[in-house]
Amino acid sequence: MNTGREPRPYLNPYLAGALLGVVLFLAFFLTGGGLGASGALSHVMAGVAKWLSPGHVDRVAYLADMAGGPRNPWHTSGVYMLVGTALGGLASGLLHRRARLEIRKGPRISNGARLALAFGGGLVMAYGARFARGCTSGQALSGGAVLSVGSWAFMLSVFAGGYAVAWFLRRLWT
Amino acid sequence: MAPFDVTALSGLGFALTFLAVGFAFGAVLEMAGFGDTKKLAAQFYLSEMTVLKVMFTAIVVAAVLLAFAAAFGLLEMSRVFVNPTFLPAQVVGGLVMGVGFVIGGFCPGTSIVAASTFKVDGMLFVLGGLAGVALFGESVSSFSPFWLSGAMGRFTLPEWLGLSTGVTVLLVVLMALGAFWAGEAVERRFGPRPSPPDPLRGSSAQGGRPRWAWRPRAAWAGAGALVAAAATLAIRGDPTPAQRWRWQPAEVHQQLAERAPFASPAELVARRGDVALRVDVLDLRPEREFNLFHVGGARRIDPAALDAPGEVRRLLEEPPSTITFLVANGEADALEGWKRLVSRGVPNVYVLEGGVNGWLELYPAPPCVAKPEPGVAEGALAWRFAYATGDRLPSARPELVRSRSFQVPCGPAGPEGAAAGEHHWPRHPYTERVKPQVRSVVKGGCG
Repeated sequence: MNTGREPRPYLNPYLAGALLGVVLFLAFFLTGGGLGASGALSHVMAGVAKWLSPGHVDRVAYLADMAGGPRNPWHTSGVYMLVGTALGGLASGLLHRRARLEIRKGPRISNGARLALAFGGGLVMAYGARFARGCTSGQALSGGAVLSVGSWAFMLSVFAGGYAVAWFLRRLWT
Repeated sequence: MAPFDVTALSGLGFALTFLAVGFAFGAVLEMAGFGDTKKLAAQFYLSEMTVLKVMFTAIVVAAVLLAFAAAFGLLEMSRVFVNPTFLPAQVVGGLVMGVGFVIGGFCPGTSIVAASTFKVDGMLFVLGGLAGVALFGESVSSFSPFWLSGAMGRFTLPEWLGLSTGVTVLLVVLMALGAFWAGEAVERRFGPRPSPPDPLRGSSAQGGRPRWAWRPRAAWAGAGALVAAAATLAIRGDPTPAQRWRWQPAEVHQQLAERAPFASPAELVARRGDVALRVDVLDLRPEREFNLFHVGGARRIDPAALDAPGEVRRLLEEPPSTITFLVANGEADALEGWKRLVSRGVPNVYVLEGGVNGWLELYPAPPCVAKPEPGVAEGALAWRFAYATGDRLPSARPELVRSRSFQVPCGPAGPEGAAAGEHHWPRHPYTERVKPQVRSVVKGGCG
């Protein structure tokens, strides 16, 4: 049965959700802000842009806000949280034997198509996340828990958008 | 709020706090199965409702814990970041994200976990995400009117519904339980089917029915606990101003004992001359007395409306260069308002020392308009006005030497020897009490 190499099963979703809720509460309690990921991606990108072309960062308002002049986009709460998220995921993945080099995808598409769509989906997703001023973590989870009206509207929109196109893209996943 | 202010920590403490929060976040996401794109995408093909279950459970658990902490004074919600509402951008951005979710199979947070557990598709998603934020940064200026439209600031469901936080949380909990019930029904109808053999791994724990499947008794107990907690909050209601004031830290009470929030009229006048500050005067007296005389530029507000959600939100969103003075006839009513605002976390609020009565002693109205009325109770206007002057007496704006709006029926009240139409007031000494403070806010992961 259990050979010791098999990945361990995932947590019951309700238990995982309750744990995530406690983590979210602690994030608010300790830092005054919730969880998030996409804002940190912006800061990472602004930091990279600053290496490549500081002048450009100072000219684009969105970048200047994060990294313009003496501002340091790396020393921000979101970036530390992002690094922590990666480490936490890795630790749990190793502990549960789920950290392994692989490509996860639907049964009917090739690896190349999956990787191209992952890149494209990431691009669309991040664009939408910055458009909405936050991603599923920063808006839906964090804003949902503090009962922000806009965050709830956002959350319903994500599900609406996903279900609206799911049928047309079913070849990707089923 | 918390035992420490994270924004005041040193670089290392700041970094470690957020690293720890992120670590817990990433570990829980991985344990929930959110590092696996198939588990996430299944949400949109109705075979597995894991995303819905995990997200809604997390939201209601956190919402109940936050509401509990706030209701018992452990956490001041005004110091907690609430995502500002911009409905058009949030709805459009949400729809775009939903599409991206089905194309790419992750959301930004889960893609980090997928990438760090060596899922190549997760790594590509993160790279795509970096490209996406770069593209957004370059293009946002071309549609910023839309992006900034519908700004409603900090706007929460309790304010929208006009209910207490407890009742709103109870409704959210009940709604989530309804969603779970529907989700279970959908799973029974559409899945899990026996999954096709996965070429990359032999027998997959992720493919089949998880070992830790639906455990009815524990789930019912959890649901019961959430409902009971939310119902307790709903019955208890929002904290009263008196409770909030009691929860204030000792240094706030100490400041009051040292009369730190009382600023002299002379200081208000001096601060109005400071171009770096904006001085806002809120007059808490009844309309009749406000019409008789008020400090120039004051806005009348009902004391009960002072800590209404909209007003508190406005005050919290003021820049740190805005100084708000509360004005009453004496000091007691204004101090009451000060306590209410301070216990909601509003910074830079001061009480006008001596109130309007004290103001008129330093900057008297002409004797033909107002005479002192001795023996009135504290909190009543101690000057008898012949008619309503509003803020058209020179006394209302001592910082101005002359103004076309001034009406002076019987000569200047100031010292003799000034040119006609000019009002020079003596420079009254004062103890400096106004110290502009910056409220530091952590914007969560969205900043």
